[in-house]
Amino acid sequence: MSAVAVDGVWKFYGDYPALRDVRLSAEPGCCLALIGRNGAGKTTLLRIIAGFSRPGRGHVRIFGQEPRETSTRARMGFIGHGISVYDELSALENLILFGKLYSLPDPRRSAMEWLERTGLERVRNGLVREFSRGMRQRLAVARAFLHDPGVLLLDEPFTALDDRAIAVLQRLLREALAARKTIVMSTHQLREALELASHVALLTRGQVSFHGPATPEMVADPGYVYARYGEAG
Amino acid sequence: MIAFFRQVLVVTVKDLRAELRTKEAVNASLAFALVILLMFSFAFDPLEETTREISGGLLWIVFAFAGTLVLNRSFAREQPNDCLDALIAAPISGAALFLGKALANYVLVLAVELVALPVFGIFYGVHWTAQFPQLMLVLLLGAWALTVVGTIFSALTVNIRLREVMLPMLTYPILVPALMGAMQLTAGLVNGKPISGDTVSWLKMLIGFDVIFTAVSLVLVETVLVG
Amino acid sequence: MRDKLLFVLGAAAMVLLARNILVIAGFPNEANQGAIFKIIFFHVPVAMAAMGCAAAALVGSVMFLLTRNFKYDALAVSVTEVGLAFLAANLVTGSIWGRVIWGIWWTWDARLTSALVCWLLYAGYLMLRHAIEEPTQRATFAAVFSIFAFIDVPIVIFSIKWWRTQHPQPVFWGGGSIPGDWYLAAVLNLLAMVLLGIVLTVARLRQEEAQREIDSLRRTAHAF
Repeated sequence: MSAVAVDGVWKFYGDYPALRDVRLSAEPGCCLALIGRNGAGKTTLLRIIAGFSRPGRGHVRIFGQEPRETSTRARMGFIGHGISVYDELSALENLILFGKLYSLPDPRRSAMEWLERTGLERVRNGLVREFSRGMRQRLAVARAFLHDPGVLLLDEPFTALDDRAIAVLQRLLREALAARKTIVMSTHQLREALELASHVALLTRGQVSFHGPATPEMVADPGYVYARYGEAG
Repeated sequence: MIAFFRQVLVVTVKDLRAELRTKEAVNASLAFALVILLMFSFAFDPLEETTREISGGLLWIVFAFAGTLVLNRSFAREQPNDCLDALIAAPISGAALFLGKALANYVLVLAVELVALPVFGIFYGVHWTAQFPQLMLVLLLGAWALTVVGTIFSALTVNIRLREVMLPMLTYPILVPALMGAMQLTAGLVNGKPISGDTVSWLKMLIGFDVIFTAVSLVLVETVLVG
Repeated sequence: MRDKLLFVLGAAAMVLLARNILVIAGFPNEANQGAIFKIIFFHVPVAMAAMGCAAAALVGSVMFLLTRNFKYDALAVSVTEVGLAFLAANLVTGSIWGRVIWGIWWTWDARLTSALVCWLLYAGYLMLRHAIEEPTQRATFAAVFSIFAFIDVPIVIFSIKWWRTQHPQPVFWGGGSIPGDWYLAAVLNLLAMVLLGIVLTVARLRQEEAQREIDSLRRTAHAF
């Protein structure tokens, strides 16, 4: 069974189809890079996979289940454009909060563990408001990994990150792939993404114009996929 | 069931803790309540007997205005870092999320009301302690009506233009029956008349309003959050 | 075909309305209130038409949430707008009547007050729509609000009735039986209003659908 299966998904804004009959899948241990221009529908698709909005037609299955099922949500981790942690709470409080929401057996221990893995244990009691950009981003990564999700959904994960956060994230993603987790990420930074991606899907005007394994040509020339399968110009 | 209420509580505690760190909403709301109490004293002679008769109404106008400031912040607090996404992604039901936020708002709205009440009593020479337990009952029921409608509409208006204006524009007309009931009951109680005979129907209406709108909100909240 | 039908219905509504106005104008003045009583032949039918619109808006909203078909959203917004127009007509005719009989334009009478609250409720619905850009979210949130508003209407009406019964109430027209032809005139006027409402709603509904199509074409054009 696919970890992520997107089957004939359409999404409409009024009558305008932002996604048209999207079919994708990702197997456990795979990293699927969603590429495409701004406005091609990458974020819309990721949000539908994550269950934040419902498709107009078609459906998404995560390990064969609806994304909105409680048990499915517990298996997904999401990093979006915002860091999704609270400025008024400390790093530790934030992680304990999410640990409790995910009903982890020992929220505090998991929180401490992830603070350590993201190099934030020293500032654990500092309010997020006082953190530097890079620290906030690492905390966002810790939040997404906290409940040990089987499927990681990342929307432009490398765009806003500083070097250290990129390094932390790439290390964690590699470990996750080694542990047969599934990653779906939308990205502009093809070079960073292709270091991890086993598969690539190109979205063009809300449609999948290419979906397949990442090939050496792609890694050598990030423009290759666009030139070959995307629209000219 | 226990898990549900534990999640509700986690959300409530989170909201309260975040609010109490900055006290943004509570301070603004309290200051606003005091300012309105002051303004009313110019509109009506505060110590006149006729003012005492309408004082229940004045008090609830203060509560409704001040409460909106608290409620506006409720979902707006989730905005800056896209925190709402993380809450929607978490394996808790929309109902638990809604109740958790509503309870946090309830505590804050009640806190503002409980501070404003004695101030009101002093400024307007009202013996609000005369029927204290019954007044508390009305306060609890009225505040819940305000909170439950305000919280669900706060979710509706969180990322739209003119949020600050839209919330009261949508909330007050819906709240007319509840506010009217609370006003009628409070006016009697602060004048020393306990709830009896004709006023019991107001109490029933207030309870009914609370129950109906809580139920409808719980049913519709998932639609509001996820579409 | 649909165009023609709409024109025919519209024309029928206008003819019926004109006929009703002539007939009602020909009625003798009512004993206590004089000519102003005749405003009731419009005042009551528009109120009923407005109530029908509120019910239709609820159906449209619930159906949209169940099916996510934008036709129902278009129905909900069209019928709400038409209903607001009817309710406004109800408020204005009531106010004119009040000016003549009570000598004041407005009184916080139970019916007037509840009509005003309902008008504000549904005006809020339109304001909410205007404030939301994204069509799916607009339709969803508006439908949710419409459900809240509809549930609130009976509570508003009952509570305001209670409120008013505790105060001295202006005397409404005294009892007495209504002549048969007056009754018929009122019913025919209701029919005219319903026809008018349907025509207006359908016209507005098509405009809404055309608007949605234009918006989506615009999005397509601007997508890249």
